[in-house]
Amino acid sequence: MEEINSLMQGFSVALTYHNLLFMLVGILLGVLIGVLPGLGGANGVAILLPLTFTMSPTSAIIMLSCIYWGALFGGAITSILFNIPGEPWSVATTFDGHPMAKAGRAGEALTAAFTSSFVGALIAVVVITFLAPLVAKFSLQFGPPEFFAVQLLTFCSFIGLGKGHPAKTIAAMMLGFALAAVGLDTVTGTLRMTFGTHELLRGFDFLIAVIGLFGIGEILLTMEEGLAFKGVHARINPHVVWQTWKQLPKYWLTALRGTLIGCWMGITPGGATPASFMSYGIAKRFSRDGEKFGTGQMEGVVAPETAAHAAGTSALLPMLTLGIPGSPTAAVLLGGLLIWGLQPGPLLFVEQKDFVWGLIASMYLGNIVGLIIVLTTVPWWAAILRVPFSIIAPVIVVICAIGAYTVHNALLDVALMLVFGVVGYLFKKLDYPLAPLVLALVLGDMAESSFRQSMLLSRGEVSIFWSNGLVGSICGLAMLMLFWPVISKLLARLRRGNNDLDEARPVE
Amino acid sequence: MSDNDPAEDDSQHGVSTKAVEMVVAAAILMLGLVVMADSHRVGAGWASDGPQAGYFPFYIGLILCFASAWTLWRTLFSGKDIAGVFVSHKKLRLVLSVFVPSMIYVAATYFIGIYVASALFIGAFMYWHGRFPWTKIVPVSLLVPVAVFLLFEVWFLVPLPKGPLETLIGY
Repeated sequence: MEEINSLMQGFSVALTYHNLLFMLVGILLGVLIGVLPGLGGANGVAILLPLTFTMSPTSAIIMLSCIYWGALFGGAITSILFNIPGEPWSVATTFDGHPMAKAGRAGEALTAAFTSSFVGALIAVVVITFLAPLVAKFSLQFGPPEFFAVQLLTFCSFIGLGKGHPAKTIAAMMLGFALAAVGLDTVTGTLRMTFGTHELLRGFDFLIAVIGLFGIGEILLTMEEGLAFKGVHARINPHVVWQTWKQLPKYWLTALRGTLIGCWMGITPGGATPASFMSYGIAKRFSRDGEKFGTGQMEGVVAPETAAHAAGTSALLPMLTLGIPGSPTAAVLLGGLLIWGLQPGPLLFVEQKDFVWGLIASMYLGNIVGLIIVLTTVPWWAAILRVPFSIIAPVIVVICAIGAYTVHNALLDVALMLVFGVVGYLFKKLDYPLAPLVLALVLGDMAESSFRQSMLLSRGEVSIFWSNGLVGSICGLAMLMLFWPVISKLLARLRRGNNDLDEARPVE
Repeated sequence: MSDNDPAEDDSQHGVSTKAVEMVVAAAILMLGLVVMADSHRVGAGWASDGPQAGYFPFYIGLILCFASAWTLWRTLFSGKDIAGVFVSHKKLRLVLSVFVPSMIYVAATYFIGIYVASALFIGAFMYWHGRFPWTKIVPVSLLVPVAVFLLFEVWFLVPLPKGPLETLIGY
């Protein structure tokens, strides 16, 4: 029970007044970020990252990860009350959440959403607590080829499991890698793709990209959709909460399924958004009331929320243990680790015990604090969305600009942020996924160096990637993920060939 | 959230999705070629001490070209799912009405600092888009920069770009 001991020690780190205060601030900021259009988990954390440079890494990550939990909670508020998903992963929550709210059951829908996200996150944290040390220990024996194989797996899962067309996913991803390669090559000292300019010497910072792509891009999109937010009024009182909690245990199976899907999609970086859709789809298929989904079923709120929160939480597992983030927000947090001078990866569990376990303990506490805060403060957040967009929009642009500037104290970055904003707008509208771009931009250098080191080891033979059982099976899994759409189609055809008679109706 | 539903109000007139799709794919293709060319320039092969600097990016560029060529191909020859309007003229005007002021705002920060520029930007935006009375514009557009100033310069000691006004009051 080494984990329990370490966790208790983590609680002693996290449970100081100082860190509890940061937790509270983080949750409040996070919900605010989740509620406001154009500020999401990823760019919210990116904007606030420079403010934490002077803090101790443990306090900083506690605050930033709490922003993340807050944003996950906050997304549900706008989805249910306004039918506007504040975050992509809460799109599936609107399907049943908003009809419930319109039918006068907003309080119930919100309680169900918050509680099930809490349950999803809590189970995911338990998974992290016990699985992360094992993964870290296991990956201590990883060499460069294994690390590259894991990165390959990450990117192949994006192509295979993502919703977009593979061509676009690949293009977005490679764009990220290409941008990451700009600047000084640290191994050979060669300047790459700088074209003789001074400004490109530093390369592209992913924080600028995140702020532009998600922040400015989102504002442009929201502007296009029109500015009127029509919301349902919500009142949550202890009675409603209690009544809803009495109903929720009925849906334990849906919640468990959602959590499992979420954990799986979070660890293999499918991400929270596909997890929430998948969980909703499966719940619809297996539920006795599946036909009524979309008209305001509580089960239809439970399913996506558990999955999204579980995925969002478990995305931190590969980030901590392997240094490979499972979501854009986790990628930003990873960037934070590097800036604070911590090298993510298996050694983190050996060398920075206080940091790791303080963070894990803060995940338990943060989610409890988060649940209490959102349940008690919903009306305030709803009121913020009633502030006209013509005030919110310029303020968000200002916040993004400040965030972009503070990364390197460079005004050019602010202009660059606008360029990324246009790219984000175009890509979102053309269904290019942004998450692989950001991840590739963050991981680019790491992927390249592990690839190069492997090539050095093997003197240029690609066969090193299937030279032993471990690296071979990871690569095999990566290929399976890459060609999953093709494979699943083939499997479906085979199955249909076998039993033509009881063909199930295709479910969306 | 791709709402390119042609039945929507007046969105018949505008930039076609197909055109934008092609332009974006072509731009990515160009970028891929640039990446490949530059990687070739710095050496994409094998030197005595291992892979050269362009070794990895070269293949990135290659895959980038392949992926965008794939998208181009799909756009040209299987056009049924991409028919429709990318953005109507009306919506484009709305988008530009945010983007152009933002550009001016960013340019202005070079000269007058981020605080004054922010105040003017928020004020102008509220005036043009929200048609707020001055009694609301002035307090909001002043409060936000002041709050930012306190947060960054005073509490977190992070300096932001400043202009002549800040020099005048001694910062």
